[in-house]
Amino acid sequence: MTSTASSATAAKDTGPARDNESVHAAAERISAAGESRPRPGRDPVNLPMIHNWAEALGDGNPVYTNAEYAETSVHGGLVAPPAMAQVWTMGGLHPEPAPDDPMRAMTAALDEAGYTSVVATNCEQTYHRYLRHGEHVAVTTKLEEVTGPKRTGLGEGWFLTLRYTWYVDTEAVAEMMFRLLKFRPADGDEPARPTPEPAGDNTADESDPRTGSPILPAINRDTAYFWEGTAAGELRIQRCGRCGLLRHPPGPMCSECGATKPTHLVACGHGQVYSYVVHHRPPVPGKELPLVIALVELDEGVRVLGELHGIDPDEVHIGLDVEVFFRQVDEQVTLPCWRPRTEGK
Amino acid sequence: MSGVSGIASIAGIGATEFSKESGRTELQLAAEATRTALDDAGLDPSEVDGMVTFTMDTNTETAVARELGMGELSFFSRVHYGGGAACATVQQAAMAVTTGMAEVVVCYRAFNERSGQRFGQVQPAVAGAATSAGVDNSWSYPLGLGTPGAQVAMFARRYMHTFGATSEDFGRVAVTDRKHAATNPNAWFYQRPITLAEHQDSKWITEPLHLLDCCQESDGGVAIVVTSTERARDLPHPPAVVQAAAQGSGSDQFTMTSYYRDDLTGLPEMGLVGRQLWQQAGLGPQDVQVGILYDHFTPFVLVQLEELGFCGRGEARDFIADGAVELDGRLPINTHGGQLGEAYIHGMNGITEGVRQVRGTAVNQVDEAHNVLVTAGTGVPTSGLVLSAE
Repeated sequence: MTSTASSATAAKDTGPARDNESVHAAAERISAAGESRPRPGRDPVNLPMIHNWAEALGDGNPVYTNAEYAETSVHGGLVAPPAMAQVWTMGGLHPEPAPDDPMRAMTAALDEAGYTSVVATNCEQTYHRYLRHGEHVAVTTKLEEVTGPKRTGLGEGWFLTLRYTWYVDTEAVAEMMFRLLKFRPADGDEPARPTPEPAGDNTADESDPRTGSPILPAINRDTAYFWEGTAAGELRIQRCGRCGLLRHPPGPMCSECGATKPTHLVACGHGQVYSYVVHHRPPVPGKELPLVIALVELDEGVRVLGELHGIDPDEVHIGLDVEVFFRQVDEQVTLPCWRPRTEGK
Repeated sequence: MSGVSGIASIAGIGATEFSKESGRTELQLAAEATRTALDDAGLDPSEVDGMVTFTMDTNTETAVARELGMGELSFFSRVHYGGGAACATVQQAAMAVTTGMAEVVVCYRAFNERSGQRFGQVQPAVAGAATSAGVDNSWSYPLGLGTPGAQVAMFARRYMHTFGATSEDFGRVAVTDRKHAATNPNAWFYQRPITLAEHQDSKWITEPLHLLDCCQESDGGVAIVVTSTERARDLPHPPAVVQAAAQGSGSDQFTMTSYYRDDLTGLPEMGLVGRQLWQQAGLGPQDVQVGILYDHFTPFVLVQLEELGFCGRGEARDFIADGAVELDGRLPINTHGGQLGEAYIHGMNGITEGVRQVRGTAVNQVDEAHNVLVTAGTGVPTSGLVLSAE
């Protein structure tokens, strides 16, 4: 499961002090300190908090709140929603950072070096098991990586990667990778970024490299069937309503017979890697790198691009048998992705 | 089309310094390059009546004209498809001069492409645009294929698979360009040659492309003055005659992502440019002494050698293996250092190098350079020129 959080605060530039050496030294010292001491949650995992959270998010699964129902479930009793992991150790309205909190130490070092502004870029949570009501959770924080200085759309800055681990006693129950950018705000005359014109049948582009949110496709009436298909778990290929020509990427007029009545078929979802790349840099908003992207020739004969998962990049080769699966990136957009085909043809 | 051949010439060239941070606006770069080019041509800004640039350029013709104090313009035009526009700006100018629409046309391109908007980074806005291009890009950018390097890497992988080319074959192009840049004081990588081992050791950008397979990002401006060959003869420099000028877009053409054609190992749009150039000029590959081949990424330099007829399909790696594209080889390429070595000015600095070779004033001058081939951006609808000495 993945969630993306972002927040931005602007702070005034404190001056030109830019000492990369001091940043590197601080990063080394703080990462070397390893995990912070476990900071216990205020309350044990409890039903009232779960009630509030589930209600706010519209999650009506009774296994979180109905003891009788939960008894009969695979869990054999009440459990907490996994995505609440962070909730159990939140510091309340006026949180007091722990003295050995690596995030506080590293952001202070960057403030000192003139990188005074902050924006969260991305966050990924991993859940090792469900929490049970009554369990006591504690969290540790560790500075994993500091990279920079990087030039970004917001200004020059450093990316901080932190790892949070939630424990019950000594057992790790959930983890979170949290990345943020500490930057020197750019001068006022930075070049304007082009902004697309919104159109009636176009899903507005809300992607923004500054927040690391994924790039969303422009969808119009020529291409909507494809994205409706991926959302429904189908890989749809345009098929001319007159001559039957299969075509991807699609368009409004058949290049073969001139008809403007496209239909589609649902591909079986199998194909072979026709070509592929392993992308290492620069960063791609919303993607973890390195990323394998494959151009797949479907059994139906057309080619479709997509991320290739479930295989070591070094093992990928042209001709690899793959099958489609789908990844939802937001409410409107689901991407087709590839993975090695497990069953025989 | 072949009616253009020989009638127009490049009479002046100009450029700013090539840097990573120009410290001035793109308009100032365009104005400076244009003034230098007009000085080189021995013409006054008031004599200019035509302007051509890229649709991607942020400086309007009118803004540049105002800075130079130009008067009336009777011809202005822009060409699309990124670096594919480079040689087509001269084609537009040559057509205008040949048909009498204008007498003196300035072609220009200026940007802060390193200190401002960097083309090597992911630009999410291009995928979301409510245009056919935005929809085209929506089949690649959201899927994670969002940089020119990654888009070319997809072709490169298939090319390697089909013909057995290796990363070292690509690397030889980079080594050659950097060798030429090393002796060009205007090149960013002046006195900084690389070895094939350094190419192989450079970090991955998008496999199979290493960092040193990718051109630089640069700030700078270039301008070119086109007028009639007849008039050019009376100007300070010998004319660089536009012997041929062509554009090309292939079937099922996309911008950077023509992945849906039967074959992924060629650049049919460049093949089309080549056929037109040879036909217009009445020349063939054996008749050019220098090739300025667009080099944003090394693999497409090999493919261009094949598409333009210098060698057969899949044979470019053998063609270059013995140093054929170095200064003393059969076809020296990118004698200024190319975009890998000199600067990335969207192909326009390659045209100025072609002019210097024809004039005999290049820092890495090739003997008897009568005919020079120049190409524009690859992977996109593109263009090319044959420039000749009289």
